[in-house]
Amino acid sequence: MKVLVPIKRVIDYNVKVRVKADNSNVDLANTKMAINPFCEIAVEEAIRLKEAGVATEVIAVSIGDKSCQEQLRTALALGADRAIHIETDLSLDALNIAKLLQKIVEEEAPQLVILGKQSIDSDNNQTGQMLAALTGMPQGTFASEVKVADGKVNVTREVDGGLQTLALNLPAIVTTDLRLNEPRYASLPNIMKAKRKPLAVKSASDLAVDLAPRTTLLKVTPPAERQAGIIVETIDDLVEKLKNEAKVIS
Amino acid sequence: MSILVYVEHDNSTLKSETLKTVAAAQAIGGDITLLVAGFNCQSVVDDAAKVNGVSKVLVADNAAYEHQLAENISLLVTELASDYQHIIATALTTGKNFMPRVAALLDVAQISDVIAVESSDTFVRPIYAGNAIATVKSLDSTKVITVRATGFDGVATDGNAEVMNLDIVTDAGISSHVSDELTVSERPDLGAASVIISGGRGMQNGDNFKLLDGIADKLGAAIGASRAAVDAGFVPNDMQVGQTGKIVAPDLYIAVGISGAIQHLAGMKDSKVIVAINKDPEAPIFQVADYGIVADLFDALPELESKL
Repeated sequence: MKVLVPIKRVIDYNVKVRVKADNSNVDLANTKMAINPFCEIAVEEAIRLKEAGVATEVIAVSIGDKSCQEQLRTALALGADRAIHIETDLSLDALNIAKLLQKIVEEEAPQLVILGKQSIDSDNNQTGQMLAALTGMPQGTFASEVKVADGKVNVTREVDGGLQTLALNLPAIVTTDLRLNEPRYASLPNIMKAKRKPLAVKSASDLAVDLAPRTTLLKVTPPAERQAGIIVETIDDLVEKLKNEAKVIS
Repeated sequence: MSILVYVEHDNSTLKSETLKTVAAAQAIGGDITLLVAGFNCQSVVDDAAKVNGVSKVLVADNAAYEHQLAENISLLVTELASDYQHIIATALTTGKNFMPRVAALLDVAQISDVIAVESSDTFVRPIYAGNAIATVKSLDSTKVITVRATGFDGVATDGNAEVMNLDIVTDAGISSHVSDELTVSERPDLGAASVIISGGRGMQNGDNFKLLDGIADKLGAAIGASRAAVDAGFVPNDMQVGQTGKIVAPDLYIAVGISGAIQHLAGMKDSKVIVAINKDPEAPIFQVADYGIVADLFDALPELESKL
């Protein structure tokens, strides 16, 4: 069974973002970039399925300019078998991305597509569900456990009140939540090996997908800063302030 | 303009976040219709008919919608879509799950996690875990939106909307429900509580979370946790407050033994009053707290409980 893992290059999660002075966007010049943490969990899950003998091939795919090949090499170093880079300099909405991925799904016919539930830059939480709709596949979003058996995949999902388990017909889409697994580190020999693994490059414009923007970003501003309050010395003071000053308890 | 709002519920009660999502719909302006999709969900329909500012409640009561599977719900909403310019759901796990599917089926973009409405096509939403705020204009004719409930004040519930039953059954037949493992609690939901007390890594283990119980009982509070406490296995993930957990904005938020990582702050910094209890005076949580107390939580919690 083939597993396709779309991944995204994003700002490293340890880096504090700054908004540009002209409020046009965030400033990403010279910032450290990395594979989106949820996508890393998706890669790990796919590799574990291969190690368990469930998956036969793991294909990583990423959409963006040349630099995202770095993240594809990371996925290859972690254990993906080959990679596909869909090259574009355009800034794309999740719907455009899902349509490009749909083309790859049609070409590769994977039984399972595993994606991160959201990227930590745009925080949209859309691509997996959109790809599922476009390909007519069922979806198991926010997964904390994935089990493949008898032509189905059982996905346990993190929902508001606890956990929910669904059975999905294959092929299916899974999006990862944080507790699905703990991604491994790539070893040096595997990083070296990854350089020789196949990485195919396709141009987004060759895939016959409408890439027209569906939204316009009008401005980006820093969030309202919260002012630090006061340090109280005793619990009595705290209770008194909450009752009489903040009036949030009675 | 006509707006369709999807009602969040569990087949028995309407989630209070829906009242806030209706407030967002009112900010857009237009004739508001609610959709209740579920199974044996008459009590939800009764609640929905009372929501203020709503003219009609559409009801799809069928076994196909019992677990609100994304595959089935998205087909239902798509069938209804042509009558509306805006389709809105709350950014909770149900809405987040099926709405992008609706958007893709309608061939439009989705605007996620809206916290403010600028106009009928322009919306404000946090990006980068709330470290930047984007103003986005939708270019599509149908706007598919999820609303972060904490950004709006809920509407009242003394209305009287017309109820209309739908006979559309959309069963995609490609997914099925196996089981639920829901946390049973007498306490209010994190999303709906007016007081929340959360523990972090400083709690040291899961047992110590019992120290929060007495205070939560006295304040009628929900109990939350930081991602560090969840990752350490102290408590289950559905208690997590933060960028990757629940986004909350209660009247009072008490952070106990929580250092205040960016990802936690993203989930609670819109609370009205924040109290921090931490023994490290340098902890970043004090930068956002209205009232801080530098103390060992194992001394402070029993004392606080006795004095409330």
